[in-house]
Amino acid sequence: MNALGLVFSNIHDNSIPELTQERTMGSIPFCGRYRLVDFALSNMVNSGITKVGVITKSNYQSLMDHIGSGKDWDLSRRHGGLHILPPFGLKENVLYNTRLEALRGARTFISRSDEEYVVMTDCDIVCNMNYDEILDNHIKQKADITLVYVKKNAEEIKDHSTYTVLDVQKSGRVNGIYFEPKIDGELNFYTNVCVMKRTLLEMLISNAFSHNYNHFGQDVLARNVNNLRIMGYEHKGYFMVVRTLLSYYTESLKFLDKNIRDEVFRKVDIFTKVKDSVPTKYGANAVIKNSLIADGCSIEGTVENSIIFRGVKIGRGTVVKNSILMQGTITGENVSINAIITDKSVVIKDRRVLSGSETHPFYISKNNII
Amino acid sequence: MLAKKKCIAMLLAGGQGSRLYALTNKIAKPAVPFGGKYRIIDFPLSNCVNSGIDTVGVLTQYQPLILNEYIGNGQPWDLDRNYGGVHILSPYQAKEGREWYKGTANAIYQNLYFIKRYNPEHVLILSGDHIYKMNYDEMLRTHVDANADCTIATIRVPFEEASRFGIINAKSNGEIYEFEEKPKNPKSNLASMGIYIFKAEKLYKYLEEDEKLENTKNDFGGDVLPRMLSLGEKMMTYEFEGYWKDVGTISSLYDANMDLLGDSPNLDIDDKMWVIRSRNAIAPPHYIGKNARVVNSGIIAGCEIEGTVENSVFSHNVIVEEGAVVKNSVIFSGTTIKKGSVVENSIIDENVTIGENAKVGKLNDEKLISVIGRDVVVSKGAVVNAGDIIDKNV
Repeated sequence: MNALGLVFSNIHDNSIPELTQERTMGSIPFCGRYRLVDFALSNMVNSGITKVGVITKSNYQSLMDHIGSGKDWDLSRRHGGLHILPPFGLKENVLYNTRLEALRGARTFISRSDEEYVVMTDCDIVCNMNYDEILDNHIKQKADITLVYVKKNAEEIKDHSTYTVLDVQKSGRVNGIYFEPKIDGELNFYTNVCVMKRTLLEMLISNAFSHNYNHFGQDVLARNVNNLRIMGYEHKGYFMVVRTLLSYYTESLKFLDKNIRDEVFRKVDIFTKVKDSVPTKYGANAVIKNSLIADGCSIEGTVENSIIFRGVKIGRGTVVKNSILMQGTITGENVSINAIITDKSVVIKDRRVLSGSETHPFYISKNNII
Repeated sequence: MLAKKKCIAMLLAGGQGSRLYALTNKIAKPAVPFGGKYRIIDFPLSNCVNSGIDTVGVLTQYQPLILNEYIGNGQPWDLDRNYGGVHILSPYQAKEGREWYKGTANAIYQNLYFIKRYNPEHVLILSGDHIYKMNYDEMLRTHVDANADCTIATIRVPFEEASRFGIINAKSNGEIYEFEEKPKNPKSNLASMGIYIFKAEKLYKYLEEDEKLENTKNDFGGDVLPRMLSLGEKMMTYEFEGYWKDVGTISSLYDANMDLLGDSPNLDIDDKMWVIRSRNAIAPPHYIGKNARVVNSGIIAGCEIEGTVENSVFSHNVIVEEGAVVKNSVIFSGTTIKKGSVVENSIIDENVTIGENAKVGKLNDEKLISVIGRDVVVSKGAVVNAGDIIDKNV
């Protein structure tokens, strides 16, 4: 596939401050062994993209630690491969604030690449998206820009702090792009995945800057609806976007449904950083119901309707329900927890009783000892 | 100039492993899966890396495809190096005529050119069919301190079993004075583990001489080592204490897997100080269903369990459907165990399908283990008796 990949690892960090306090959106742990960036990178690799720039802004140590040289995605390559693009040091010494400024910082990387097209995506989405098919459609439609959207009900989006709605004609042409309008019924939500020629992107970035624009959606896309042939492409498969702690919680637990797991994990491979974890060990008194459990755990107690990340220890007599326990969480004996999200390396001591509610999960931040 | 290597390892991985029957029909013994996410060869390779040995020649001969693919460029073990790293050494043809590896010593002899390129001071010879965690660097240190020409790793075995091993008789300081191959009346219970460190120049000398001798089987244990001793070379033992198992038979492979289970397992692989590395499968976390029951078992990524699993070790992507029961068994990757079937005391190879309501094996005290070979389909309602070995669809 003759396209360059660009992944925005930090966009929308603010919408889920708990999990991004010490990391980027892209490095939020997800579904037992993944980080959100794994889905964007795997989609790129599975679509045949071999050069990917990951645009970062702040707190990106965890992201760098996770993606490393890119070898787990076959992106450690002599030609192309993975490039981490830290914020470009502007004279005023401020970091970028918008997608457009981020793209400006990556201009050299973009202009020095020789792929014909660019595919851009954020890291707050989980889906299997075949960019190759999207690019085929882009070329067939003689589009200047293709915006990928999903049909969703307004109900599902209402608590999102930011969203973009596309008005797509029958022909596929995008007639209008609206930012956080009042919504009702089924609408076309823009996924922030877009495809265009690399040279067009370069031109749009420099034009925008000469006009002192700073919003990619409003100033670059929306202003050009009539000048450029902007086409919509509907993604019909599974699609999830993480925009609040609650949506992180509910969307994660949906992976207990086999249909969703098969759709996301069994159609193509989702790659992630490899760790030499040992097999998960279940003790003689373990009771497990309807749960996803990663490698390297040791489980002596009861786990129900939960997602357990790598290296979690669950002590004897402990009952874990409706919870998400991230990597390295350790619970003592006779603990009872319900509707809890523990971040990495949380320790919950013997006999503690903690409960959130399924509409308000209780979050415990990294390294806390309860 | 490239640095001289202090010690490089040569791993004998060419054996057929005929005593593993159906499990080695299509793959070499060192590539046989073990403990859920490993293959047997992960243990010697991880031991090498953890001991600071960064150059390993792997000698393959029998059914090498899966083994070669598994080792690849050695990246999972950090053995993808500019100078050194892991190298697959297969038999090859040459001007003066070469042939299949005739014995362990001949296999190394045919690859002396490989060893000499690194100009090592010492050469470690390993076999690819043992499960153990061992620091070869400690062994190397005692070898160097004693100024030995050859050091042999040994382990104490029960006297009643000693007649199954190559037994070594040594003085109290560890100096060897006699070898006994499978003696009827063993004088000691010190068994050779098949792990040797040679001074490189002695190895070259004796292998080159052995090649010219008649009446030799080109075997280290039977020919080269006894000859060195008879010619007065300094040969020492290095006594290893810890878990060690030759997994060359169905029952020992089964036992070694079971040794991973329990509250204080005989073999602890969850050891942060001695990580066993492996090539990981790409699979999501395993799922345990609403009516499943999983106790005292080891399970890894990709499994989907809706039935009952007790005292078992699973590799990745094993599916146990609702109502199926797996007890005291070892299941390799990609196998599906359908509704209502029962699997007990068995080793089930990769990509096997156990049909609905089939019965494979039976809990028994005589340690009769049923084995189902790779890609076999056991049809609906079929019965496989305890101790049966199946490599065709039934």
